[in-house]
Amino acid sequence: MDAIKSFIDAFADPRLFFSLAVGSLALVVWGHEAFASKRWGWGLMAFLVALFGFGLTDENFNLIITKPDNVPIVGLIFLLLFFTWYSVRQGVLNDRRIAAGKPPIEKDEEDRVWTWPDLVYTELIAIVICTIIIIVWSIALEAPLEQPANSANTPNPSKAPWYFLGLQEMLVYFDPWLAGVVLPTLIIVGLMAIPYIDKNPKGNGYYTFKERSVEITLFLFGFVVLWSSLIVLGTFLRGPNWNFFGPFEYWDIHKLEALTNVQLSEVIWVQLFAVALPDSWFIREIFGILLVIGYIAVLPVVLAKKGLTKYYEKLGPVRYYVTVLLFLSMLSLPVKMLARWLFNLKYIVSIPELFFNI
Amino acid sequence: MADTKTIAPKDPAFVRAWDWLTETQIWTSIFRHTAPINDRNRVLVMLSNVFLHLHPVRLRKSGVRLRYTWCMGGLSFFLFLQLTFTGLLLMFYYRPTLEYAYTDIVSLREHVPLGIMREMHRWGAHAMVITVWLHMFRVFMTGSYKPPREFNWNVGVIMLVLTLLLSFTGYLLPWDQLAIWAITVGSNMARAAPLIGNEGPLSSLMVLGDVGLVHQADDMRFVLLGGTFVGEGALLRFYVLHCVGFPLVIGFLMAVHFWRVRKDGGISGPL
Repeated sequence: MDAIKSFIDAFADPRLFFSLAVGSLALVVWGHEAFASKRWGWGLMAFLVALFGFGLTDENFNLIITKPDNVPIVGLIFLLLFFTWYSVRQGVLNDRRIAAGKPPIEKDEEDRVWTWPDLVYTELIAIVICTIIIIVWSIALEAPLEQPANSANTPNPSKAPWYFLGLQEMLVYFDPWLAGVVLPTLIIVGLMAIPYIDKNPKGNGYYTFKERSVEITLFLFGFVVLWSSLIVLGTFLRGPNWNFFGPFEYWDIHKLEALTNVQLSEVIWVQLFAVALPDSWFIREIFGILLVIGYIAVLPVVLAKKGLTKYYEKLGPVRYYVTVLLFLSMLSLPVKMLARWLFNLKYIVSIPELFFNI
Repeated sequence: MADTKTIAPKDPAFVRAWDWLTETQIWTSIFRHTAPINDRNRVLVMLSNVFLHLHPVRLRKSGVRLRYTWCMGGLSFFLFLQLTFTGLLLMFYYRPTLEYAYTDIVSLREHVPLGIMREMHRWGAHAMVITVWLHMFRVFMTGSYKPPREFNWNVGVIMLVLTLLLSFTGYLLPWDQLAIWAITVGSNMARAAPLIGNEGPLSSLMVLGDVGLVHQADDMRFVLLGGTFVGEGALLRFYVLHCVGFPLVIGFLMAVHFWRVRKDGGISGPL
């Protein structure tokens, strides 16, 4: 029992947890044909039920899972994984029809039906079921109410509402101006840009995987891996001082984590050149600044020439640069994560004089 | 030869009562036609009922399939209505002041036998966040944001943000430790906004002569909280936005969203 628990705890470590999420997505994309089988869907659900069933026998796991405000996230895990499987399955089923020379199933169901009774009754039943779920949930679980607000007593950990915990988790890797302002803005802008940068005319109004595999992979990466899995991580696996705790671990407020992070400027000037840091922040940070400029300004141009030429030609310059910039911003999080995990890198550019750290 | 008189068997009493009721002037003034059991009335019911007329008269078969829609958009709307209703009831008992906010919630909890309105409001809100996300997920996976529905996807993204803001502003209202510290963590982000947050990058460049223009008491966070910390100003501000401001905006956008679903060709399907 304890061996299994420490095994799961070890796997829940942010590095492994995130790599596991990325790896799973890669496997799903690569093996979508097999993943679409019913066996996989039920297997996935059974695995989750077994995991949570096993977890509920543990005191620490129980404490964090049954916290009233965390219950919806447990529901979200089940729903999200189910619908990910389900939508990939619908896509694969349609792809098989298309490969066999038939139109997607939705085309076969193009005939019109009467709104009354076909739709209104479906809606009525959905409303009734939804109401029952909410009422049962409300009777079973009391809404949380803690001690009265006290600005002199900071709880540890202090967490934002659960849907923002992915952003709070980003604070581990980025400063608030990026994690809390710029990147959320880019998420919204990026979502709104989707219909205008996606020029693929296929897959409009029906499930498919093959005809839109790149778009779907990117979306699943952003929505399921980055946004949702970081919410799960931030909710269940971050305890006092935002330290990592495995799901079966006791939230020890005295847990120590060595802070051995270094700045890029220190690595370059002190470790590489063996000189003291220059006084001027501009010279001190010049390498980091060049690196960032290279990432957001030079890399897209290079990629247009080599690597993503196909997309540059297909999308045209404006759409291409918007797409690549949004993509690189999304990728900046895993890039920074890797830099932190592999090199203990804190900031690429660190100018505390201007509150400007990247 | 005497005329034979056929006597039809009498309808059961409840059928006769129903017939009588549906022929009264009151009934016919409300319902302009009989039950939608034939095609003519199936059209009329959609055209003459203000609530049903959001729908088309007929729609593609795939559009009524749970397999296709997951029903998540409809449920998001229903949860919004449910939240409006339970929220209205809660407003009768809640006063957004430092003096009363917390104790009003305690009273709701302690003095109302079997009361579940606060629970329905809180869990309904969590559920709505999830259904909105899943609705977006479904719309993406069916490629329904593609032309001619680009604009409606954008309206949807704004409503997604508003849903999160509605939930976020509501989070503060119980005025307990959970509430103020979650909002403190969240609103601290505004302090880091570039140029307009007092700890944001480049804000130190915002000066007029020797006078710094961006400081703790006039930056982005101050605008959000109506103060330099989460206090009375923030509570009132969040209350007004939660109960009036955001619901009005999202209600307006919902009208646009539903209208555009119809105008852009109804529920999506293969071209």
